[in-house]
Amino acid sequence: MPDPSEDEGVLLRAEAIVKHFPIKEGIFFKHQVGSVKAVDGVSLEVRRGETLGLVGETGCGKSTLARSIMRLFPLTSGRLTFDGADLSTLSRSKMRPYRRGMQMIFQDPYGSLNSRRRVGSIIGDPLAIHHMAKGDERRRRVQGLMEVVGLNPEHYNRFPAEFSGGQRQRIGVARALALHPKLIVCDEPVSALDVSIQAQIINLLEDLQGEFGLTYVFIAHDLAVVQHVSDRVAVMYLGKIVEVAEVKDLYSTPRHPYTNALLSASVVADPDKARSRDRIILSGDVPSPINPPSGCRFHTRCPKAQAICSTEEPLLKRGTGDPAGHFTACHFPVADGEKLASEKATILHAVEGFLAEAPT
Amino acid sequence: MSLSTVETTAGEAPLEAPAVKGIEGRTPLQLVVARLRTDRVALLSILVIVLIILLAIGAPLIAAITGHGATDTNVDTGTDANGQPLPPGSAGYLLGTDNLGRDILVRIAYGARVSLLVGVLATAIATIVGVVVGLFAGYYGGWLDSILARIMDIVLSFPYVLFAIVLVSVFGSSLPLTILVIAFFSFAAIGRIVRGQALSQREKEYVEAAHSLGAGNLRIMFVDILPNLVAPVIVLATLLIPTAIIFEATLSFLGLGIALPTPSWGNMLSDAEGVGFQAWWFYIFPMLFLLATTLAFNLLGDAVRDALDPRTERIFAGRRKKKAAA
Repeated sequence: MPDPSEDEGVLLRAEAIVKHFPIKEGIFFKHQVGSVKAVDGVSLEVRRGETLGLVGETGCGKSTLARSIMRLFPLTSGRLTFDGADLSTLSRSKMRPYRRGMQMIFQDPYGSLNSRRRVGSIIGDPLAIHHMAKGDERRRRVQGLMEVVGLNPEHYNRFPAEFSGGQRQRIGVARALALHPKLIVCDEPVSALDVSIQAQIINLLEDLQGEFGLTYVFIAHDLAVVQHVSDRVAVMYLGKIVEVAEVKDLYSTPRHPYTNALLSASVVADPDKARSRDRIILSGDVPSPINPPSGCRFHTRCPKAQAICSTEEPLLKRGTGDPAGHFTACHFPVADGEKLASEKATILHAVEGFLAEAPT
Repeated sequence: MSLSTVETTAGEAPLEAPAVKGIEGRTPLQLVVARLRTDRVALLSILVIVLIILLAIGAPLIAAITGHGATDTNVDTGTDANGQPLPPGSAGYLLGTDNLGRDILVRIAYGARVSLLVGVLATAIATIVGVVVGLFAGYYGGWLDSILARIMDIVLSFPYVLFAIVLVSVFGSSLPLTILVIAFFSFAAIGRIVRGQALSQREKEYVEAAHSLGAGNLRIMFVDILPNLVAPVIVLATLLIPTAIIFEATLSFLGLGIALPTPSWGNMLSDAEGVGFQAWWFYIFPMLFLLATTLAFNLLGDAVRDALDPRTERIFAGRRKKKAAA
C-alpha cells in the first residue's frame, strides 16, 4: 500500500500500465493472432504542479501511454490513480466526472478540431458536455478563454479553417483549459508547428501553468523542447520506461545507453561542435512491438549488451551514486565520463540526423 | 508612361476603398448558395422544380378555372361527337382528354402532387433512417455493424417489385404504403454511404478529442460526426427524390402504387397502354412532366454536389442524365 502522506504530492500514479492492441485475422470469424504491445508495464508518478516530459522515438508508445492516462480506451492491465481516485477500470460514463480534472492537447491542430463547427462551439464543448454553462454565460466564458490563450474573442463565430496552425493549437489549448483541469496531457503539442510558432505555444503553456497551477505530462520527441519545459523527464523505448530523472540529471548524466544515444543524436546548432562531438550510432531498426526482444528490449541494439541482457529484464531502479529520483532500467548503466561512441560512429558521424527524428 | 500608371492607380483607389470592411467568415451554407447562384444548370433546375411545385399547389385552382375535377368524366364536353377523346388544344382542354373524357392537364397537376409528396416524403424518411442506421453501424462497428450492414446489403439486392406485389395484395394499395415501400428500399443507399463515412470519421482526432472531453457516444455521433456528413447526405437525398418519383411511377404503372381513379403520372401512363399513336397525348404529357421533374432534380443534385465540394469533377453527370432520361 502506498503511504498516504507520500501520496499528497502525487497527482497521477500509473502502476504497471499495460496496453496491448489485439491483431485479428479471419473474414467471418475473427481470431486473435497476436498483439501490438504498445505500452508494456509502465509505472510513473506525476507530481502536482510539475511538468513531466516524455520522450522516445516514433512508435515507442508515448501517445498510447498518454491515451491510457486519459483513459480513452480500456487498459489491458495496470492501475491508474488520479487525485486519489482509482480510474483503471471505470466505465466510460463513470469516467466522465473525472475528465473535468484531466484534459488533453493533441498533436495535430488540424485533425483535432472539428472543421464543421465554429470555434465558439468547439471551445464551449466541454462546458456543454459537463453542463457547466449555457447561452450567454457560456459565450462569455469561451470568449474569456480565447483572450487567455491569445485569440481575438471576436473570432468566436469563425470556423477552424480560418485560423493558422498556431492559432488552431491555441484553440485546442483553450478547449483543454475550459474545465479548469488539474492535469493536461500534451501529446506532442508543438511538433506539427513551425519553430517560431512552437516557441509561442510553449511560452503560452508555461504562462498558463503559472497562472492556473497546472500539471503537465508533456510528450515530445524534440529533446531541446523537453529539456526546456520539463521538471522531470521519462525516456521510453518499445513500450517501457528506460530512465526517469530530474531534467538536469538526465541531460548531464544519462545512465541508460539508449538515453545516451538519443542525446547524442539531437541536433546541435553549432556545426563545429556538432562535428567534434561523439555520436552514438545505433545499429538496426527499432524491433517490432508485436514481438519485442526478450530480457532488456534494447539489448539488440545496445553497444554494452551482454548475455544477461537478453535473458533478464532490468528493473527501473536508482543507480548507486545517483540523486534521488534518478531511475534507470539497465544492467550496465553508463558511468560518468564513459565513452559509448563506437568505431562505426566515428565513420558514420557525418550522416546527419540518422537518429534525429524528423517532426511528423 | 509613369503618368498613366499614376492615373490608373488614382482611378482605382476609390473603387477599392468600399471593399475594405471587416472580413466576415462565410458559413459553408453561404458558400454553397453563392456557388449555386453562378451555376446556370442549377438555376434552371430550380426554376423547373419551382414550376412543378406551383403546378402541384395550384392543382385545385386549375381545376376551378377549367371547371373539371381530376376524376370528372366530362361526358358532354370531354369527347367529340363520336365519343372519341379530344386532342390537345381543344376548347377548354389544353392538353386534351383521355378516353373517359377526363381533363389531362388537371390530372397531371394532381399527379404532380402525388409525385412530389411521394418523392419528398419517401426521401425524408429514407434519409433519416439511413443516417441513423449508417451512423450506428459505422460508429460502433463490431457485431452491430455486421448486422446492420448485412441488412442494408439484403435490402439493396431485394426484388422490390415482388415485395411490393406481396405487400399490396395483403394491405391493398395506398399512398402511405407506397411511401413506406419506397422509403424502405431507398434507405440502404444512404445508410451505406453514411456508414462508410462514419467509419472513416470516427478515426479522426477530433472524435478522440470529444471523447477526452467526456462526450458520450450519441453526442459524438450526432454533434461531431454528423455535421461532417452533411455534404454527401444532401447530395444523396437530392438524387434520391427523382429515384423515388420514378419508383412511385413504376409501382403505379404496375397498379401497385396509387390506385385509379386518383391520378398519378405512373397510372396515367399505364392507362395510356395500348392507345398507340392515335392518342399520343395520353402518354406524352405525363411522360414529359415525369422526365422534366426527375431530370431537374438529378441536375440539381449534381450541382449541389459540385457546390459542396468544388474539387470533385462531374464524372457521373453524363451517366445520370442518361439514366434520368431512360
